[in-house]
Amino acid sequence: MNPIRSLSIRISTAVSVACLMLLAAPAGAASDVHARATRNYDTYCVQCHGIERNGNGINSQHMSVQPRDHSDAKGMTDIPDEELLHAIRDGGLAVNKSVLMPAWGNVLSAEEIEEMVAYLRHVCNCGSNQ
Amino acid sequence: MKRITFIAAAVGLVASASAQAQNGQTIVESQCIACHAVVKPEKPGLTHLWERKGPDLHYAGSKFNQAWLESWLQEPTRIRSAGEFYTKHIKATDAEDAVDETTLKPHLQLSAADAKAAAEYLMTLTAPDGLVQPDAYKGGKVNARMGAMFFNKLRGCGACHSAEPDAGAASGAELYTAAERLQPDYIYAYIKDPQAFDPGIWMPTLDLSEPDLQRLTGYIVQLNSKGATP
Repeated sequence: MNPIRSLSIRISTAVSVACLMLLAAPAGAASDVHARATRNYDTYCVQCHGIERNGNGINSQHMSVQPRDHSDAKGMTDIPDEELLHAIRDGGLAVNKSVLMPAWGNVLSAEEIEEMVAYLRHVCNCGSNQ
Repeated sequence: MKRITFIAAAVGLVASASAQAQNGQTIVESQCIACHAVVKPEKPGLTHLWERKGPDLHYAGSKFNQAWLESWLQEPTRIRSAGEFYTKHIKATDAEDAVDETTLKPHLQLSAADAKAAAEYLMTLTAPDGLVQPDAYKGGKVNARMGAMFFNKLRGCGACHSAEPDAGAASGAELYTAAERLQPDYIYAYIKDPQAFDPGIWMPTLDLSEPDLQRLTGYIVQLNSKGATP
């Protein structure tokens, strides 16, 4: 093979691999964050908000207040991200909602709570109109 | 002569108790450790909670009442209606999520002698200093109605823990049997900081005040299968 052509192919391959690595790193990190938020939801939130994320958790049957339906795009759109974060960290009472929503700020890190807010936006497939 | 007989008998009793504890250790280490950690996990945290099949027992001696352990091991019943860990044993339905009974297995049942020996050994597995403070719970009667109001309406404990049979809360342990099962100082310490016992556990640490901790512990200690004693 022509040495110049061979060098060109090697450079081109190296550049392609480098590009793939650059693309893969953030995608992998994003998927790790999503997996962590999903596991946190399945650990802490599912007990009340349910497997389907619709407020029908195993504990919800006899609750005086129905847990929020996180799959409800319309209802979730009306809640600003800051309020979601505040409710998760400091509990329902902190946002004038039910005491049955406990404060998770001593269990989840600030980063995990931010990830959870993003995860809730994924679940409702909605943003905030606030 | 009488004195020598007494000493001999006492030595015999100690030796017998020691042999039983040894036997208990063998039972626990051969039959319990597949599901329960009897030594503190090297990496406590959420991954451990997802991997384990039953609650940790490395602080059992600071947690349980021995008589209850001995009795329960002979006739085990489910303490968390959705098992441990609840999220692995539930299924979605058209209404609320329900317990998926197909995923739950009955707990191992021990003979009376093995239960006695295992309970005796488990009571030797005490929490590290400071985790359960002796006499942290001060005792004293709690007005049942006031206790129930704090438990349910003001602090929200009733969302996850049943204070009476069939109350519907499934992800936390039933508490109408707590007085039989648990030492009051453990109840106090666990309410105060569940994460200190089980890092990552799905029970929040609520920064409760000392009067709240005393009131909730007292209320739970007074519970029985008919709800709170007056």
